[in-house]
Amino acid sequence: MNPRPDPAGTLLFRGADWDFETLRRINEACEDIATKELGLDTYPTQIEVITAEQMLDAYASSGMPLFYKHWSFGKHFAQHETIYRQGLGDLAYEIVINSNPCICYIMEENTATMQALVIAHAAFGHNHFFKNNYLFKQWTDADGILDYLDFAKGYIADCEERYGHREVERVLDAAHALMSHAVHRYPRRSKPDLRSEEKRERERRAHEEQMFNDLWRTVPAQRGEAGAPTTEDMRRALLQLPQENLLYFLEKSAPRLPPWQREILRIVRLIAQYFYPQRQTKLMNEGCATWVHYRIMNRLHERGQIGDGDYLQFVHSHTNVTFQPQYNDRRWNGINPYALGFAMMSDIERICREPTAEDRHWFPDFAGNGEPEAVLRDVWANYRDESFVLQFLSPALIRKWRMFHILDDSNESELRVEAIHDERGYRRIRSALARQYDVAWLDADIQIVDVDLAGDRRLVLHHNVVNRILLESEDTGRVLQHLADLWSYDVLLKEIDTASGVVLKEHRAAPQRSAQ
Amino acid sequence: MHIVDRRLNPGGKSLENRQRFLRRAQALVRRAVREQTRDRGIRDMEKGGDVSIPSDGVREPTLRRSSQGGKRDMVLPGNRDFVEGDTIARPGGGGGRGGAEGAPDGGGEDDFRFALSQDEFLDLFLDDLELPDLAKRKVEGIENVEWRRAGYSVSGSPANLALLRTMRNSLSRRIALKRPKGEELLELEREAEALEASAADPVRLAFVRERIAVLDQRRRRIPWIDPIDLRYRQFSPYPRPVAQAVMFCLMDVSGSMTEPMKDLAKRFYALLYIFLKRRYKHVEIVFIRHTHVAAEVDEDTFFHSTETGGTVVSTALEEMRRIVAERFRPNDWNIYAAQASDGDNAPNDKERTGDLLQNAILPVCQYFAYLEVGTEDEPSSLGLGSRPSDLWRTYDALRQEGAPFGMRKVRHRRDIFPVFRELFQKRSEARSAP
Repeated sequence: MNPRPDPAGTLLFRGADWDFETLRRINEACEDIATKELGLDTYPTQIEVITAEQMLDAYASSGMPLFYKHWSFGKHFAQHETIYRQGLGDLAYEIVINSNPCICYIMEENTATMQALVIAHAAFGHNHFFKNNYLFKQWTDADGILDYLDFAKGYIADCEERYGHREVERVLDAAHALMSHAVHRYPRRSKPDLRSEEKRERERRAHEEQMFNDLWRTVPAQRGEAGAPTTEDMRRALLQLPQENLLYFLEKSAPRLPPWQREILRIVRLIAQYFYPQRQTKLMNEGCATWVHYRIMNRLHERGQIGDGDYLQFVHSHTNVTFQPQYNDRRWNGINPYALGFAMMSDIERICREPTAEDRHWFPDFAGNGEPEAVLRDVWANYRDESFVLQFLSPALIRKWRMFHILDDSNESELRVEAIHDERGYRRIRSALARQYDVAWLDADIQIVDVDLAGDRRLVLHHNVVNRILLESEDTGRVLQHLADLWSYDVLLKEIDTASGVVLKEHRAAPQRSAQ
Repeated sequence: MHIVDRRLNPGGKSLENRQRFLRRAQALVRRAVREQTRDRGIRDMEKGGDVSIPSDGVREPTLRRSSQGGKRDMVLPGNRDFVEGDTIARPGGGGGRGGAEGAPDGGGEDDFRFALSQDEFLDLFLDDLELPDLAKRKVEGIENVEWRRAGYSVSGSPANLALLRTMRNSLSRRIALKRPKGEELLELEREAEALEASAADPVRLAFVRERIAVLDQRRRRIPWIDPIDLRYRQFSPYPRPVAQAVMFCLMDVSGSMTEPMKDLAKRFYALLYIFLKRRYKHVEIVFIRHTHVAAEVDEDTFFHSTETGGTVVSTALEEMRRIVAERFRPNDWNIYAAQASDGDNAPNDKERTGDLLQNAILPVCQYFAYLEVGTEDEPSSLGLGSRPSDLWRTYDALRQEGAPFGMRKVRHRRDIFPVFRELFQKRSEARSAP
């Protein structure tokens, strides 16, 4: 490569080529800035260099290094591969896994500058966020996730051997269909501890094997449910109804599921739970990582550790990542979380350092305090996307982005502009935008409300319809079919308007396989 | 911090998932592959490629809210023109842009496109077809012999000495006969030397000397390797199946054969070509076109140049016989032939054609397929009042006798594939069908 001037001898690398020594130097330089200047607190990192094909592999299994086998992952792989081969989309520069140690995949094709960007972004930005954000602390177990996935993979392979591919696939299909409604949204009694999960299952099976006594088969089964209290409330309390975690309910209460199927439901449910915080913090997570890489790369350049040409390459990539097309642009595809997250965090930095009178009025707590790093660390630790936008979207940024709020009511013939970037609109835009990031608001609110235990054991679910938006009807039919197959009896889903209490639509499904 | 180089890890981690996916969507993918082969050229038929299947078959349903109807809020960037209270005409597509995000699967109607590798493509395409008489029925002549390992023998040439086996025999013999070991002897000799030097114990010395003599003699009697240990690798001849095939494409190019008819024929040849290609290491193609005279030509001329003249089928068969005799010894080649024609033949040629086919062509062929091409709008396709063509009647008489011979009529592109499948269906199925 062409030699570049480096009078001070401080450059971390020259040209595009890199080796492991370069990566180590880059990481050390980044770490210096991240811990001393930004005060980041991260898990130890493990950087893994991978090829494009391995990146595609990782895509297909939600970025995890190991996962159980299922055809849908093959489908996703084929999809990504086609897009990549046709040159329609680039691969991500990195994938980072919320585990301890934090695993960052980086692609071998990246230039040295890109590797620096990626290390700053993933190994420090994302890593800090994973370790400190309250949602991740509350819901995920970074120490145990890889062990648990290993257990899950082994367990499902084991089931396939015992019960056949087809049976296992059927259960997994059904579980995946219900996965979006298989999370506990509110903290429960104990923290999930993935490591003990595996032990618990092993003990349970050992106990079963020990206690196995063929004689009991001939004893007439006791009808546990027959003795159940007849009053509706008692019954619901017993079954913990209403219940919004569909897989949890099936795992605990489906009458005819064999134990191994319950365990598979549990595996899928726990994995869904593990990914739940990521869905709620997409904007912040990317914003945090982008802001951190921007700071680190700029500091590296200021210190003379990155050459001017390489710095320009970085700026080019950074601008691509944080590009936000406008609503009427051909490229418009929703709000870019990198762009908005980075813009808001940079805005917080500005408010801390050079506040205007307006900022002092809106953000009296920290305007002008001169410590953006501390403020941001607090933000990263204690907010999620929805509350972050609700608290920190400033009028200045609303004006800069020229945001406006429109209402699309299918009863009206035209869309209406509700608010624009003016004095009357700031708060309304802010709360409307925050709502766009509220996962609880975006996901349909579906709950299991009752089971007809005395009669035909029909499972009754309610969808609480908000703003008259019904469920996608064809998909719902298919999901209900899966649900009915797991439950083994009829299933009824009522879509009820929350405002009026009127039943708007009903979906029904009966189990395909008749009761044996 | 650790840096781990994963690039050398075995790839194809998703291979199993991919196979599961293909198995799941098997019926759909197979149909897609077959449909796609309609639009491909003869030689790139066997490349892999993109196929698209209806996404319905591999749908992953979830409980999600519909992208239509109801009351929706949107916050968008980039307002230049609007003030509060303005109304905007609804953009086409109901829910507007907001819906695009909610449907990662691409809604419902879209096709799911992905790439198949060459092997996957052909596997699906040729699934459950079989070539009649894959290998030559009779194998003669020394060229077609292959030597294969056939255990061990006690005699043979030194080059074939099976060293391991020989040494094993030698070792077990030496153990069984208690051949004295070298170390043992060496030990005794050393002791003898020491005793000699010190001269302390002559009795012991004498004993040791004697012992050495006994062992030495025993060693000489029991050799390290005895002829009885020797083993040689043995080879025996096996008839080798002929691994090459030649495919003759015969076509009538007289004026009555229209472009669509030739196209039908071409598709059939293409199918046969890739099928042969899959089964044999080496496949050659010979193109013979004929009017009232026949000639061997290249592919391009075969399909694209026009020629005028009468129709004398026997000339093509004669040409094929000549080429076979010249270049493709039936012992060394598997010979396949596919003839396409609209069924016309000169009345006085009938005898000769039947005779040639039966006595000269069929005996050397693994399979001879006759494809009668027609046009879609031909009245005879309706069945009523259809009269078999001259050639058809000639060939039909031969068909009765159980020769390696198949004949079909094709009038439309979509028939090509079924006809091909019918001709090459697995034998067991073909037999069970009366």
